[in-house]
Amino acid sequence: MPRYIGKEMSRVDGVAKVTGRAKYAAEFRAPNLAYGFIVLGAVAKGTIKSIDTGGAERAPGVVRVFTHLNAPRLGPKASHEQSPPRAQEEKDKSFRALQSDRIYFNMQPVALVVAETYEQARYAARLVKVSYNAERHSTDTEAVSERGRFPSQGPPPKPRGNPEAAMKAAPVKVEAEYRIPVEHHNPMEPHAAVAVWQGDRLTVFDKSQEVYNVRKHLASSFNVPEENVHVVSPYVGGAFGSSLRPNYYPALTAMAAREIKRPVKVVYTRTQMYTGHGYRPHTIQKIALGAEASGKLTAMIHEAVHNTSTFEEFSDNTTGFTRQVYACPNLYAPLKITDTDLNTPTWMRAPGAVSGMFALECAMDELAYALKIDPLELRLINYAETDPESGRPFSSKALRECYRLGAEKFGWKQRKMEPRSMRDGRLLVGWGTATGIWGAFQMPATARITFRADGTAHVASATSDIGPGTYTVVTMIAAEYLGLRPEQVKFELGDTDLPRAPAQGGSWTTASVGSAVHGAALAVAAKLLALANREASSPLKGAAAADVEMLDGRLRLKADASKSVSVADVMRRNHLAEITETFEARPSAERRKYATMAHGAQFVEVKVDPDLGTVRVARVIEVTACGKIINPKASHSQEIGGVVWGIGMALQEATEIDHRYGRIMNPNLQHYHVPVNADVHEVETLFVEEDDSVVNPLGVKGMGELGMVGIPAAIANAVFHATGRRVRELPITPDKLL
Amino acid sequence: MRPFKYVRASDPAAAARAVAANPNAKFLAGGTNILDLMKEDVERPDELIDLTRLKLTEIKAAGGGVSIGALARNTDTANHPLIRRNYPLLTQAIVAGASAQLRNMATNGGNLMQRTRCQYFYDTAMPCNKREPGSGCGALGGLNRIHAIFGWSDKCVATYPGDMANALYALDAVVRVRGANGRERTIPAGEFHRLPGDTPERDTNLQHGELITAIELPKSDFAKNSYYLKVRDRASYAFALVAVAAALEMDGGRVRTARVVLGGVAHKPWRSSEAEAALVGKPASQQTFERAAELALKGARPLAHNAYKVELGERAVVRALMRAARLA
Amino acid sequence: MNDDFDETSGPELTADEEALLKEMPALTDVGQARRAFLGQTLACGLGAFALMLLEKEQALAALAASPDAVFAPAPALENPVRVLLKVNGAAKTLEVDSRMVLLDALRERMELTGTKKGCDQGQCGACTVLVDGRRVLSCLTLAATCEGKEVTTVEGLARGDELHPVQAAFIKYDGFQCGYCTPGQICSAVALLEEARRGEVSHVTQDVAATTTRLTDDEIRERMSGNICRCGAYPGIVAAIKEAHSGKESARTWRFVGEEELARVRKGGGADEAV
Repeated sequence: MPRYIGKEMSRVDGVAKVTGRAKYAAEFRAPNLAYGFIVLGAVAKGTIKSIDTGGAERAPGVVRVFTHLNAPRLGPKASHEQSPPRAQEEKDKSFRALQSDRIYFNMQPVALVVAETYEQARYAARLVKVSYNAERHSTDTEAVSERGRFPSQGPPPKPRGNPEAAMKAAPVKVEAEYRIPVEHHNPMEPHAAVAVWQGDRLTVFDKSQEVYNVRKHLASSFNVPEENVHVVSPYVGGAFGSSLRPNYYPALTAMAAREIKRPVKVVYTRTQMYTGHGYRPHTIQKIALGAEASGKLTAMIHEAVHNTSTFEEFSDNTTGFTRQVYACPNLYAPLKITDTDLNTPTWMRAPGAVSGMFALECAMDELAYALKIDPLELRLINYAETDPESGRPFSSKALRECYRLGAEKFGWKQRKMEPRSMRDGRLLVGWGTATGIWGAFQMPATARITFRADGTAHVASATSDIGPGTYTVVTMIAAEYLGLRPEQVKFELGDTDLPRAPAQGGSWTTASVGSAVHGAALAVAAKLLALANREASSPLKGAAAADVEMLDGRLRLKADASKSVSVADVMRRNHLAEITETFEARPSAERRKYATMAHGAQFVEVKVDPDLGTVRVARVIEVTACGKIINPKASHSQEIGGVVWGIGMALQEATEIDHRYGRIMNPNLQHYHVPVNADVHEVETLFVEEDDSVVNPLGVKGMGELGMVGIPAAIANAVFHATGRRVRELPITPDKLL
Repeated sequence: MRPFKYVRASDPAAAARAVAANPNAKFLAGGTNILDLMKEDVERPDELIDLTRLKLTEIKAAGGGVSIGALARNTDTANHPLIRRNYPLLTQAIVAGASAQLRNMATNGGNLMQRTRCQYFYDTAMPCNKREPGSGCGALGGLNRIHAIFGWSDKCVATYPGDMANALYALDAVVRVRGANGRERTIPAGEFHRLPGDTPERDTNLQHGELITAIELPKSDFAKNSYYLKVRDRASYAFALVAVAAALEMDGGRVRTARVVLGGVAHKPWRSSEAEAALVGKPASQQTFERAAELALKGARPLAHNAYKVELGERAVVRALMRAARLA
Repeated sequence: MNDDFDETSGPELTADEEALLKEMPALTDVGQARRAFLGQTLACGLGAFALMLLEKEQALAALAASPDAVFAPAPALENPVRVLLKVNGAAKTLEVDSRMVLLDALRERMELTGTKKGCDQGQCGACTVLVDGRRVLSCLTLAATCEGKEVTTVEGLARGDELHPVQAAFIKYDGFQCGYCTPGQICSAVALLEEARRGEVSHVTQDVAATTTRLTDDEIRERMSGNICRCGAYPGIVAAIKEAHSGKESARTWRFVGEEELARVRKGGGADEAV
């Protein structure tokens, strides 16, 4: 029986966070620090005609003003200067600031003002005067959706079966278009970097989901060896994908610091965050579903197009999960991308999946009504027993259990099919459901454990904890397999001095880093066993590493706990104060024989004011099948977070662009609405655990994205059920329900 | 934020004089709006006269009504027993706005002075006649879902974003102001804010240097039957798409007097005397209120993206009146 | 030389940090129930985490200025204002730029980075602190206006090693994830409890003329709506405040599905009873 795994545990970083001691990027101190403030451009496309920095340079406290005219070149070459078609030899096409006079998007950085104080830098930034040669821009994805092309990565999508013929022959069909606007992550912590040079060595305190990637980016930016760059990011105040890529500010900050030979701090303003990193792309989707009268799907055609920038390709893989969620012999699910004069989009929580599944799961609801079959029943009818795309078995899949248990718990049986048929006083009540799906990914990751004779352990891996509770869950795993108490384990992350770990994204952290920590702990035990068995009197003679476990300072036989040795004694006799083991966990070959996915069923109750069009998400039940749950408390919080994000996406969030100027007009939190406390009501989670020895040694699948995937569709479906109004364009604001 | 001289005012007269003496000086009270706008370089004072130490914070019974100090905080005003008991509409309007933190900071006078939340006003790279006269109105042909449907001009389609002023108008409040010369005058709440016309840069009818000292509420018979309704894009901490301050004085089942003021639809709180007239003498009923609502929104001139406000406005008026009459 | 550097950039640790470097003893006297759930966390809590970070900062603290470092020619402050700030019980006189807001004074000048900058324009609540006992936004408060006022930040809530009950309850109910909005949420919650005790009303109070206000879940939600949490930890925040207010525990809202339940639903064939 595990002591910690599967039991709820409060966050080990909790005290640091509730007392204000947890340090985020902008909070690190460095001597002689100067403050940088970014100046944003005012046209969407063109070139900088002239830039007058005189006023800013003369302003009190200003140390220097950087523009494309005096900023050093960053990187082997300024990759964004290559206009399409792109040179294939350069992989990193990410935008780097102040590299030329070319304007690629509105609110692009055009200068950096560095001053002695923040107030001085912010003011002087207003004094930089820029004029432009504006060119005709195009920022409206709707207007260029016809110009979509297949992403160059990967082969062009192939149809399964004969979707067109099957669609033609289908007795029941639905066809509709769905629209998702640009959305922004808006983590609460603005992106920030503090850069300090010591000769040719650079230390950057950054907000990052992948410190190694920032290191690589900085090393290439400044043409220094990667070993010279130290990136530190112990706490990340939310990111949701916005810190997966390095973004332009760390290099900009380090450039300024190098030039003025002083540490520099740059913090995005909330407004700067809207073009300082990517965003969820504007996505237009056309779905056609064909079915037999029984409800059996016979054809699925899911065509998506979303925008990217003119200088870099981004694909959200919007239609990927459509291929794997329902059994259907005929399918075509292509994704195209189209250029706009906006910054490059990026991954945003549940990327692709939540967009694609919003369209697909709404279409399934529409099909259910066309067929007069209960929407949940329709999903069960089309249940995929094996992966419809590859034909491979699932390593585990308890989705049917999720559907049934969720329905039971929610009281789905009481649902009347007819829209507008359920009420609570004057409010219309609607119940909706949708399927959640995400991959059970694993990436190569390395962890190091130093086990000390005093019964404490230091665990290290350069992963990140943007909020899911990685500090805690890794501590639990290490404690479990080293036989220690959690307080005897110290886990350190977010630092390029530590062993390499993948980005915290894709919900793969526990599977990847957890497996590495597990492996390192077993390696410690194996080392101890070998040491113990050098002694003639060892009671563990003949035991293999797999036969033993560590517990409370002893190494013992799993099968016979009375056969054990004191770990401290073994180490003392070998004159060892500590044992250090490093382990790299890689996805197993076995995984390739299976489809490895996490699933969930999501049930939503909305209450709609029929007069005012306001929607309240009164009740949500998340039923989740994602392998083994390590810390149900934090996992539940992930599910809640997914629901809150789903509420935002379904009802509130949209980045508004005035296409006349190609400019984002709500780059703030007063006009870009995210859910507040009063928007969130009951959220419950049921965990359906799966035994899965294929996905990884811990049997875990990720859940940070999963809990969000079906929510926008479930809400939209519930709104339809409540009101009879099918809103296919997000967000569903009150004006759309009048 | 431009450099500015910070001056702590010792008394109202000195404060008014100081601002009057410098065309680029501004009063600072709660700071919740002006500091935000200064950071955005929308407001550019070179001198701030800090009023927060002045004693204009009293809330007291006066002449059958209540006098509220201009520097009383929104929270203290909303929670004062005199207000809660006699002017619950005002309490409701105040607590419908902003957040607890902002209401703790914001003063009553400052609340009246808050500026529009138009996106084009906030973005100095965009045209805006209010911010920069003659530069054009970005919202007129742009994104205007949150903009005015009444009283706008081709120079400006912004709305007044506040809640408190809508209730003050419905409650027949007057704003007491004091000029640099020491002369006091009163401005009825409904005449405090202006329509944009050709001078959208002027939000109110205050002269430069005039200091709001108090808001005076006359005795009210609306306490039993009033309601402030705010419809917004999320449940809290957002500006109104449409708001309604509704107040009824009832005579049995009939309406004796009525007030209907809409927020979020114009450059100032928008009162409908037609709707009010249509209510007088009529039985309080859904039907009566629907007729009044229709009149309240009559003549609306929606823009490209805010036609919904007409229908939403009608429905909101009905709902607010129903709540005021305790029928919903 | 700007006086910023004298005050904040020396290599010495603050007394506060000095204390952190020693392992924090287990907290006591936060109530029996709270001690029970906190024990696990605190034992490996503050000390270890603070220590790891301090080492990294310390490595730079001793860094001498480069001989070629560029400084502004005339870095003296324009419009300086002398202000006596009483923060968490300690008085300190600062000379600030008139433009400096309390938030930046705390973070950049007083080494109190617990108070967070989320939007810097009054739209998120991350910078919430208590001024003379009331919750306000420090991003829209000029430092100059705080002369003589009592400021309490998240760093000032715990008494010694004893967490404030609201802090403890946030840990218990997982009322945060990334932790960035948390100090603002907690300051806001502490003030909320006082406001409720005073009978202050909110937007969802049914009868604003009545003198008592019951702190229902909906009341807490509305009153906390000025603090945005993008991780979406709102239900945990509500549960935490409820317990800090009433001492009542909130029921768990998650559970594992048992083997029996699973066996039951696995039995069902094509026809679905739940549907």
